[in-house]
Amino acid sequence: MKFLGRLMALMLLAIVAVGIYGVWNLATTVPPVAIAPAIAQRQPDAAHGKMVAILGDCAGCHTAPGGEPYAGGVVFAIPVGTLYSTNITPDPDNGIGKYQFADFVRLMRLGVAPDGRRVYPAMPYTAYAKVSDEDLQDLFAYLREQVEPVPHASRAAEISWPLTMRWPLAVWNLAFHKALPFVPDATHDAEWNRGAYLAQGLAHCGTCHTPRNFAFAERDTDGSSFAYLSGASFAGTAPINLRGNEGDGLGRWSKEDIVQLLKSGRNPHSAASGPMAEVVGFSTQYWDDADLSALAAYLKSLAPALGDHAVFSPDETTLKTYLDGQATSTGARIFLDSCSACHRLNGQGAMTAFPGLAGNPMVQSRDPASLIEVILAGSRLPSTASAPSSMAMPGFAWRYDDTEVAALASFIRSAWGNHAPPVLPGQVTDVRHRLGAE
Amino acid sequence: MTRRLKEVDAVLVGMGWTGSIMARELSRAGLSVVGLERGQDRKPADAFALPGIRDELRYALRQELMLDPAVQTVTLRHDDSQIAQPVRRFGSFLPGDGVGGMGTHWNGQTYRFLPSDHKLRSHLSQRYGAKAIPEDMMIADWPIGYDELEGHYARFEALCGISGKAGNIRGEIQEGGNPFEGWRSGEYPNKPLKSSQGGVLFAAAAKSLGYHPFPSPAANASNPYTNPEGVKLGGCQYCGHCERFGCEADAKASPQTTLLPVLAKDPRVEIRDLAYVSKLNYDRKAKRITSVTYVDLRTGEELEQPAGLVILSAWVFGNTHLMLHSGIGTAYDAKTGKGTVGRNYCYQINSGAQLFLENEELNPFMGTGALGMVIDDFNGDNFDHSGLGFFGGGYVTLNTLGARPISFRPVPPGTPAWGKEWKAATAKWYRHGATISVQGSNYASRGNHLDLDPTYRDPLGRPLLRMTYNFTDNDRKMSAFVTGKAAEIAKAMGAQHVGVRARSGDFDVVPYQTSHNTGGTPMGSDPHTSVVNRYLQSWDAHNLFVLGSSVFPQNAGYNPTGAVGALAYWAADAIVGKYLKNPSALIPA
Repeated sequence: MKFLGRLMALMLLAIVAVGIYGVWNLATTVPPVAIAPAIAQRQPDAAHGKMVAILGDCAGCHTAPGGEPYAGGVVFAIPVGTLYSTNITPDPDNGIGKYQFADFVRLMRLGVAPDGRRVYPAMPYTAYAKVSDEDLQDLFAYLREQVEPVPHASRAAEISWPLTMRWPLAVWNLAFHKALPFVPDATHDAEWNRGAYLAQGLAHCGTCHTPRNFAFAERDTDGSSFAYLSGASFAGTAPINLRGNEGDGLGRWSKEDIVQLLKSGRNPHSAASGPMAEVVGFSTQYWDDADLSALAAYLKSLAPALGDHAVFSPDETTLKTYLDGQATSTGARIFLDSCSACHRLNGQGAMTAFPGLAGNPMVQSRDPASLIEVILAGSRLPSTASAPSSMAMPGFAWRYDDTEVAALASFIRSAWGNHAPPVLPGQVTDVRHRLGAE
Repeated sequence: MTRRLKEVDAVLVGMGWTGSIMARELSRAGLSVVGLERGQDRKPADAFALPGIRDELRYALRQELMLDPAVQTVTLRHDDSQIAQPVRRFGSFLPGDGVGGMGTHWNGQTYRFLPSDHKLRSHLSQRYGAKAIPEDMMIADWPIGYDELEGHYARFEALCGISGKAGNIRGEIQEGGNPFEGWRSGEYPNKPLKSSQGGVLFAAAAKSLGYHPFPSPAANASNPYTNPEGVKLGGCQYCGHCERFGCEADAKASPQTTLLPVLAKDPRVEIRDLAYVSKLNYDRKAKRITSVTYVDLRTGEELEQPAGLVILSAWVFGNTHLMLHSGIGTAYDAKTGKGTVGRNYCYQINSGAQLFLENEELNPFMGTGALGMVIDDFNGDNFDHSGLGFFGGGYVTLNTLGARPISFRPVPPGTPAWGKEWKAATAKWYRHGATISVQGSNYASRGNHLDLDPTYRDPLGRPLLRMTYNFTDNDRKMSAFVTGKAAEIAKAMGAQHVGVRARSGDFDVVPYQTSHNTGGTPMGSDPHTSVVNRYLQSWDAHNLFVLGSSVFPQNAGYNPTGAVGALAYWAADAIVGKYLKNPSALIPA
């Protein structure tokens, strides 16, 4: 028995050692990247690369407010510390000036830097893996040739040990990142395929809009399940469900509505707020109409998500109750006092100036964090070329306490035919804390 | 040492309505444009947001958006027998300050001048004989006819999304509009605002007296509106905080809500705020301005901005002051009547009748800057002046512009000014008080003018602008007559109490009357009696164009912004269509 025990212990040790060696090997090896000869001989198109950078919203993360283009330094406050985006200008010491194209491809598709370091998946390489060779090559040419080198060192992440160790990311990649290229679906037309390519790849919609699993990996990156783009809770906000649900999704939006929101930041149903307002400001407002249309066509093809999603059925009762002088609940009274001048008693808002709340997917999102944030901190429309006014809503954190905001949010989520679950004061407390609006 | 900057195609002095319009038009023509603005650049989403913007003490009483008299002011005397004293706190008029200028904090009443206002001297001479015009009344024809300007009025109204009801579309009189107005090429861009209860009662009473009530043309959008620049205005919420405030709902047309979002994205336009222009540098021989000198108020550094084209868009005081201080043209001398810069300075003769309706719930707090019902029956020469002993007139309006808690305390005549009785009266009458106002014309008079003060200087060491101004007998008679009509309507409304306040006596710079100051650089056809020609081009410097109400030869009984906006577009068309092709005097002097 003793011998057997020793043997087993030894074997276990050996397995652990082999395991450690394997992980170590995995984590320190720079995975090889093969560049197809056709690509190696292709003449890159830097001008098109500029458009690729816009489609991928590179500036959204790599250009700090008021900072030099692509010099990094954008702050990402995450639960375990603070990340800063990196300098991706062609500066040789601080940026990507010394990169070969293969290095760029490795980083964009596998999340591995030339020195073998794993980058945090805050960089959406899980989506960029689907970007075509040509687009990556053009993007690389653009960053190298048309972006001014900026000699600012990228700022190190402020995260404490043991989470500073990057090697577990290699294991994470092994488990969750397939790095498969985009495969066109022959059962759909070219427009749909272009939209799918953009959504799953460059535009990385799923980074925010697809729910994540226990290990913080997107539950679906290729649209093969109902989870894809079905709304999430992410970085304290609640990116909406982009599938065909009529309550919290885009079921009631036309293709044109989607295009209008992405182009101008607003449409008759809703307005971009929070991080999406930045996406519109940096990226989608500059897209070609054909690409916007393709993305919209793809999103419109996504079947409603299953499970517990709010439904919307237009209902006159709320308005009638107001007009009869019977709207006496706390939420209804707060709405009357502080919201109705712009959003109107019928919840319809006013054209594309003040967003409607009736049937608005953000309002009815399963996670009410975005709605709560807008009520507490206000919101501002992005100034876009086609709609330059940056209209703003003031915050109400100073006026209403958590119970009142919860009552207001619950009222909005259940008025005019909205049917989303009520909001609890504790949920408001959390958002208020995150915003520092106590 | 003055640091000389790189030359640009055009430099604008002042970034209010006219500067913003001109910047847009010049950039559209491909010019590089620098706008210099003395005040701050306030962004509505930050500066005009709730709850701060509803602070009546801060904005209405302490005048946060207005020019600080410690930065720039004027001296005042009633006539040349007096020694002028500096105005140390603005009262009767409130000059604007900052990007957006007075367009930021105006009420939004946006009228066109009457066709007869455009040809005042010839019109009155024709109707009453040339001798009927008093000798010292220096009224003049505009060098631009109404018909020529109609399209430009319409363009400014489209920019602002004016809410109103047309009274005359291509000669066809329209029910519910102003039948006295000049012809319009089309209806207003937005339908009229919803009338206040006071306005409803006023309109009924005016109609019963045979007058012609119509809704005030308002730059407070009755519905959300997208202007031809693609900029969106929100819908007015009748919050009652227009005048002296920025708009929290983006519903009041202002440079911020109509043009500045476009200029902010325009790589050819650069707006420098806190840039205080001290002088235009004038090459007398070449008859052109070579550059402007300004002080960066952030650093105190003096800079020189050379430009091919110089636009003065710094309101009445700034325009006149800079021309006088820079030695462009000849200063007007009231004794000899010679010289032009500083002449035809006018104001407006405003008055009113306060009324109290015990049994009417007027809800005066539901208001907006131009929420008025108006009659134009006694404006300009819309009525026969034979035997009246005066010329001019004004519109009569019941305007519900809000009832803010500090300043709106209507009490009937005879109520004590403080104490228990006053308190009881303000509580009783707050919801039942209204004012019928008269916006009265002011015709230029030989003695009223602007020049440089011999004694007082500004922080840049320049002489202050001196205002020599008083009301005339014509003004007082006009005010008594039209204010009487206002009182008549108040009585017809069934008011229990009416307090009539016609303008009389001397001009008083303390109580607020209006910020519709005009003149100083009048336009005209004769270089001996005007500062700019019909294209608003200086007679003395061909690359200098002057915008704003400083070019009015006299002031009509209307809020001037509609005409100011139309003239800015008119001048822009002349610059782009004529001047740029051949930079020289467009009309030989």
